[in-house]
Amino acid sequence: MTLKNYKQKKDFNVIGTNPIRHDGYDKVTGRAIYGADVKLPNLIWGEVVRSTIAHGKIKSIDVSKAEKMEGVFAVITHKDFEKNNKDNNVNLARDMQNILAKDKVLYKGHAIAAVSARDRNTAKEACNLIKVEYEELQPVSNVSEAIETNAPILIEDLVGDHLGKAVNKTNIAKQIRHQLGDTNEGFKHSDLIIEKEFDLEMVHQGYIEPHNATAHWDENDHLSLWSSTQGSFAVRDLTAGFVGLNESQVTTYPVEIGGGFGGKTKVYLPPLAALLSKKSGFRPVKMIMDRVSVFLASGPAPGGKVRVKLGVTKEGKFTAGIVDLKFEAGAFPGSSIAAGATCCLACYNIPNVQIDAFDVVVNKPKTAAYRAPGSPQVSFAVESVIDDICEKMDWDKIDFRLNNASKEGTRRADGVQFNKIGFIETLEAAKSSDHWKSPLMKNNQNKVYGRGIACGFWMNGGGKSTVDLMLHDDGNIALNEGSADIGGTRTSIAMQVAETLGVSAERIQPSIPNTDSIGFTGTTGGSRTTYATGLAGLEAADKLIIEMKKRAGIYWNIEETDIKFSEGNIYSTKDPELKLSIKELAAVIGETGGPISSTSSVNLPGGGNGFGIGISDIQIDTLTGKTDVVRYTAIQDVGKAIYPQYVESQIAGGAVQGIGWALNEEYYMNDMGIMTNSSFLDYRMPTSLDLPNIEVIIVEVPNPQHPYGVRGVGEVPIIPPLATLANAIKDAIGTRIYSTPMNPGKILEVLSSG
Amino acid sequence: MAKVFLPFQLKEITENKDFIEVKGKTLREVINNLDNMYPGLKDHLVEEGKIKSGLSAICGFAATRKGLLQELEEDTEVHFLPAISGG
Repeated sequence: MTLKNYKQKKDFNVIGTNPIRHDGYDKVTGRAIYGADVKLPNLIWGEVVRSTIAHGKIKSIDVSKAEKMEGVFAVITHKDFEKNNKDNNVNLARDMQNILAKDKVLYKGHAIAAVSARDRNTAKEACNLIKVEYEELQPVSNVSEAIETNAPILIEDLVGDHLGKAVNKTNIAKQIRHQLGDTNEGFKHSDLIIEKEFDLEMVHQGYIEPHNATAHWDENDHLSLWSSTQGSFAVRDLTAGFVGLNESQVTTYPVEIGGGFGGKTKVYLPPLAALLSKKSGFRPVKMIMDRVSVFLASGPAPGGKVRVKLGVTKEGKFTAGIVDLKFEAGAFPGSSIAAGATCCLACYNIPNVQIDAFDVVVNKPKTAAYRAPGSPQVSFAVESVIDDICEKMDWDKIDFRLNNASKEGTRRADGVQFNKIGFIETLEAAKSSDHWKSPLMKNNQNKVYGRGIACGFWMNGGGKSTVDLMLHDDGNIALNEGSADIGGTRTSIAMQVAETLGVSAERIQPSIPNTDSIGFTGTTGGSRTTYATGLAGLEAADKLIIEMKKRAGIYWNIEETDIKFSEGNIYSTKDPELKLSIKELAAVIGETGGPISSTSSVNLPGGGNGFGIGISDIQIDTLTGKTDVVRYTAIQDVGKAIYPQYVESQIAGGAVQGIGWALNEEYYMNDMGIMTNSSFLDYRMPTSLDLPNIEVIIVEVPNPQHPYGVRGVGEVPIIPPLATLANAIKDAIGTRIYSTPMNPGKILEVLSSG
Repeated sequence: MAKVFLPFQLKEITENKDFIEVKGKTLREVINNLDNMYPGLKDHLVEEGKIKSGLSAICGFAATRKGLLQELEEDTEVHFLPAISGG
């Protein structure tokens, strides 16, 4: 046991309420400042030249006409990275080639050069004057093509790591394996074995706000950055590395974020804007991606192939499981295979398991995280096979899962044992839900109905976070936190501090300062922030209480040991007359030693494991093949819901994204390896008109590693919908669809084949 | 004794044992003792005095953030796994 287990608080005053969110008025009135709103004196614009082909060698780049164009300040290519980054940081070398191609382009939209000019149109015109000559190569569009014996090799100097063996001339960047028990032996003792293969297409997070960056490299070689990001410190550190500066030479200023979902954990524009600023006489440069570029050149979630083989006894117990997952890394290595491998069978206690995971480069944009990266894809496959097992054996779909559910002490396929988790409680909540107990609508005319259920797991993160607190003279408390607020974390952290200090949430005033004004804080992602930054807030509040007690001792001239703090009041244990509220103390602290402030930095392990379940009722129009979700319920163990409305919104939002992934969304590629639906008109994400109200059931099995029980919310809800809908479609039409998206075309194909 | 579970690709070095029992009060001590038992193994786990980039050390139920300084209680399980990042 190396984790700290806290005594759990059970009675709350602030936690579990829904106060007006601190950023609410600014967001509603439009006052909130986003990256595109940033304006600086002498601001100029940057634009990017992008590859028009999916795969090719760059024979030449002629920038001469662009450089001579009136209004143009600078043109940069990959050579400018090499000039600035003299240390040639090998860890960043591949990322640098993604940000600006070196000698090959590896996907349509791959950035090749960037231009700064007096305005955006001039920059765009200058981009049109840059001539790139290619030697076009055959594109590799998916994992099947990539692993063929004679497949074109994308990255000539890539040395694949195949279970520890170095392999040259390969598109498989990495293979990892988890093995528990003996699968051969396990399958021998199975009464039923089902093995199926599933295909998934690449999908995008679809955040509304496109990537943007404003950079000002000044005469002192100090770089100031504004960028829509999930992690100001990551932008600072990565940009510094790319452009050859030290971290202390870069300051990232916070701006609001219009959606990220994992896609804004990567850096694309800030290094370009930085180099352009430097090369443009230290003028600030602003860059904003257009929507097409967001689709073509930012990081989507990987598609790929997942093969699943599961065995069970007739008594309803798993005997063995094999999962083989191959994810598209995109143009450079680094897809979410490790998470996919960890998550794929984590919901269940399976004694014999083997998981092989392959990271495969293809001619598509380099993938990024997307809510529970890797888990929706594997859940789609595993939960579909489980559904088939239950149908074949005529088992209740929740009872079978309950009979095999992971609990404290269960060993995941990667060998790690769970601590206290709430999967069984989540299954029980699903079983007793109104949705599960309600009858499904009856088929009529050309409308058929189906119900599906599926589960998902994400391990939830920890990591580094910092929170500072300052007691104002009026008794309110300023809170600075280093986490980007992408899901309401300013309020959820403020509420945890308020609970600890015994004051209302409104009296905590949260803000996010620049990276020079708060301690290092990791990227907001992996459902880590309410847990880790929240715990930093709790610790800072505890320190504030200690200091307030000390000051009260000075003020009353009594021993500190005779002072207690409770529910926002400081009082003497010996003299009932001596009692001060925080507000009253704040008014007199000046004479006791000046202002009171506190800070806390943490670096926490993860382990707040989260489980979720989706139940869906769908209606299929057998004439058009269109699927409508008529009812969807998401059930999730969140540990403790700090701000229940936020939690419900996060869960509903994740479910909606998962529904879009399941039914409609895909990178539709043509024979030339080019995405042909790179706009929101053609890339069909669900809107509110497409969906019913998402019903949310919050389960609260406290995480012992947090005094209020927080686990995390944002990742899990996107996992179940893919398989939930696959199972509902199977229930409706009697045939399983083994690939995403399960769109009307595929359904009509199934219906027409009989 | 800590119970050390190695990634699949390193199990060959340890004669395909499911886990190895190793003495040590910190992760550093455990890895050094492991290297004494299986010379060269440390190079697969540690780089420039830190847990190798791309690897994660799970001590007990969750990934340690203390690196080689992580204190270990008796019978703690240590798993070396590919590092995971989230969305």
